[in-house]
Amino acid sequence: MLSRVANSLYWMSRYIERADNTARLVETSLQLLLDIRNLDDQHLAKQWLPIVQAAGDEEAFSKLHPKATGAAVTEFLVFQAQNPNSIVQCICQARENARMVRDQITIELWEELNRLYLFVISPEARQTWKQSPSDFFSEIKAASMHLTGIAYATLLQNEGWWFTQAGRFLERADKTSRILDVRHQSLPAAGVPGAISQREALEWSAILRSCSAGDAYKSIYGADVHPVRVAEFLVLSEDFPRSVRFCAAQVNTALRKISGVPDGRFVNDAERHAGRLLAELQFGTVEEIFERGLHAFLDDLQIQFNRIGEALFEAYFFLSFAALGETDFVQQEEQQQQGAPGEPGWN
Amino acid sequence: MLDGAGATRPHYQKFRGLLEEIPPDDFRQRRHSVDLAFLRQGITFNVYGNEKGAEKIFPFDLIPRIIPAGDWEFLERGLTQRITALNLFLHDIYHEQKILKDGVIPPYYVLSGKHFRREFVNFKVPRDIYIHICGTDLIRGSKGEWMVLEDNGRCPSGVSYLLENRRAMKRSFPGMFESIGVQPVEHYPQELLKMLQYIAPGGVADPTVVLLTPGACNSAYFEHTYLARQMGIEIVEGRDLMVKDDNVFMRTTKGLKQVHVIYRRIDDDFLDPTVFRRDSALGVPGLIRAFRQGNVSLANSIGTGIADDKVMYYFVPRIIKYYLDQDPLIPNVPTWLASEEADRKYILENLENLVVKAANESGGYGMLMGPKAGAAEIAKFRELIAADPRNYIAQPMILLSQHPTQVADGFEGRHIDLRPYIVYGEKITIVPSGLTRVALRKGSLVVNSSQGGGSKDTWVLYGDQ
Repeated sequence: MLSRVANSLYWMSRYIERADNTARLVETSLQLLLDIRNLDDQHLAKQWLPIVQAAGDEEAFSKLHPKATGAAVTEFLVFQAQNPNSIVQCICQARENARMVRDQITIELWEELNRLYLFVISPEARQTWKQSPSDFFSEIKAASMHLTGIAYATLLQNEGWWFTQAGRFLERADKTSRILDVRHQSLPAAGVPGAISQREALEWSAILRSCSAGDAYKSIYGADVHPVRVAEFLVLSEDFPRSVRFCAAQVNTALRKISGVPDGRFVNDAERHAGRLLAELQFGTVEEIFERGLHAFLDDLQIQFNRIGEALFEAYFFLSFAALGETDFVQQEEQQQQGAPGEPGWN
Repeated sequence: MLDGAGATRPHYQKFRGLLEEIPPDDFRQRRHSVDLAFLRQGITFNVYGNEKGAEKIFPFDLIPRIIPAGDWEFLERGLTQRITALNLFLHDIYHEQKILKDGVIPPYYVLSGKHFRREFVNFKVPRDIYIHICGTDLIRGSKGEWMVLEDNGRCPSGVSYLLENRRAMKRSFPGMFESIGVQPVEHYPQELLKMLQYIAPGGVADPTVVLLTPGACNSAYFEHTYLARQMGIEIVEGRDLMVKDDNVFMRTTKGLKQVHVIYRRIDDDFLDPTVFRRDSALGVPGLIRAFRQGNVSLANSIGTGIADDKVMYYFVPRIIKYYLDQDPLIPNVPTWLASEEADRKYILENLENLVVKAANESGGYGMLMGPKAGAAEIAKFRELIAADPRNYIAQPMILLSQHPTQVADGFEGRHIDLRPYIVYGEKITIVPSGLTRVALRKGSLVVNSSQGGGSKDTWVLYGDQ
């Protein structure tokens, strides 16, 4: 498989996953605010800024918006063209990557992604958002699940497939860890937290809902929501498909399917880092995590995800970029324009 | 569709009968769903210099152009004759240059051609084929006679629209095809792949064929991915390829893999920065050396652009006569060469009645439509022609034939042309159809999409009715 193609498949699924997770994050935060009354500006900023931090774009945000109001944060995370990680931009980039590998994906997958793209860039999208943000997020989440379903049901499970899996689960692992980190300021820097207030319980429930984990959590731990159990579930669960451990296992499997190297060995750094991370999650306990401090632990997780991503790039994609050099090839493409059908230059 | 008296021509009668059974609202609805399907499937072209909504669909008209079997057989013979002669011509001018020595074409015209590649004189191309894929533009004059408007022997585009138009028609009118009897077109990708495998370097049993695209920013990118997918071959950009020891490889996740045949959708100039344009990052350094060593084949070959130089077009009837000793079956449009003194005099005296074209531009660049131009534009062309006569030809303004087309409130006649696609491999294959382009604006002769142009499906019947 061409390195460039593998790279596009990886980013296509990664951006779809990112759009989905951002929609979850913003929606849950909006709902949470409905439960909390009488907030002044300062308290509002306290609610919203962590959301931006969870998306990992604090710097870009503060450049564009002086205050972390609800309107500013949602605009930034949902529509903002200058934010490459806004939902709309993620979908545009997923679609652009899909377009570059249009010959590698099925017509069903392409048409659904293209449909979603045409929706988010249409005036209708903003209209829907204004009338009912929840309808808008439902549309994004449903489309993302539909896309994942189509991918499972129609794509050849060949090498390219495993690159989409690696992208999807690396992104999901990262976002689950960031969503879990949203309320870290209410926790002690290190040590196991004690009892929490009712309002805090609401906030931790919102975190579970962000990850579609509300019902699954209750089925295991009952109705009592506590940060230690939430963290245990979202980080260490072996079976929950959005937990960090589950995602790390999927990434590890994907990498091994790509190279054919069995568990317990490695031929590149991506496999080495992924294998080590998985072992840590398999044999770690939630008490250890809190002794160290949840925030510090999650920070370190994110560094490890980045390391895996970089090593993956080095191992499989780097070849196609090494050739680029300093020339701006996009400009070249435009010089080579052949014009539209029947246009000047069309031959 | 209609004859001079307004009666339906025999080969349209079945279609018209079936069409009249469809209520107008239903018809409009089908038209709308076709547009929507094209947009959803991304059957679009890129519009440059327009950031938002940079992709447009090519408007599609649901009334097909129908060609009876007899007419098609004639066209097929005429096009086969033409491509055979053009290929012999290219072989000759890149080898012995007999046609020049015999004085049939003044050598100056060939040797001064912008797309004549003197570096490839005496180079043997695989299977002696130069133009593997040709898109020839045909029109019909006021008496219904077929004429060739131009040959496109470099990287002709548009075949994906032909194939997708047919799919859209089959979805919209599933019943019609069976009862009318329309020849299929779906085998085009197989024919194309067969040809590409046929021209592989000698001794390669299972050649790796790729399609080389300038990238996703190119206006024909949809077509590139479409054809690659239909043929089941890899689509590559220049940066995916590299040359080592005069062999071409693609960079894969498992290392390098050798490539034997390249269906390139990049012009000669951009293929190899070490030989042609140095600033090209679309191409592959060393590709031309690998081609010269016979380690990789290219379709189309290099240097075919001289055959669609508009000045060479003037000589095609002579080319056919010289190599095949036949008269051309499909005539040219009458043409005057600005570099011939008598012709130039005629052109300059009649500029307001003529269409003037630059020799090496395509699709409407550098063109003067005399009858529609203002005095300033005519004066500008007068100067251009005087300064560089080699670069200009002139033709009478041809009133393209018309075809009923859906408009806001019913159907009206609109001007059309036709581009069939010729594939030259072990044998010459022309899928029975073509891309019919239509000037959707009333009275317009311009089929360009920026000026209200669209396309139609083109049906070749099994019989004459």
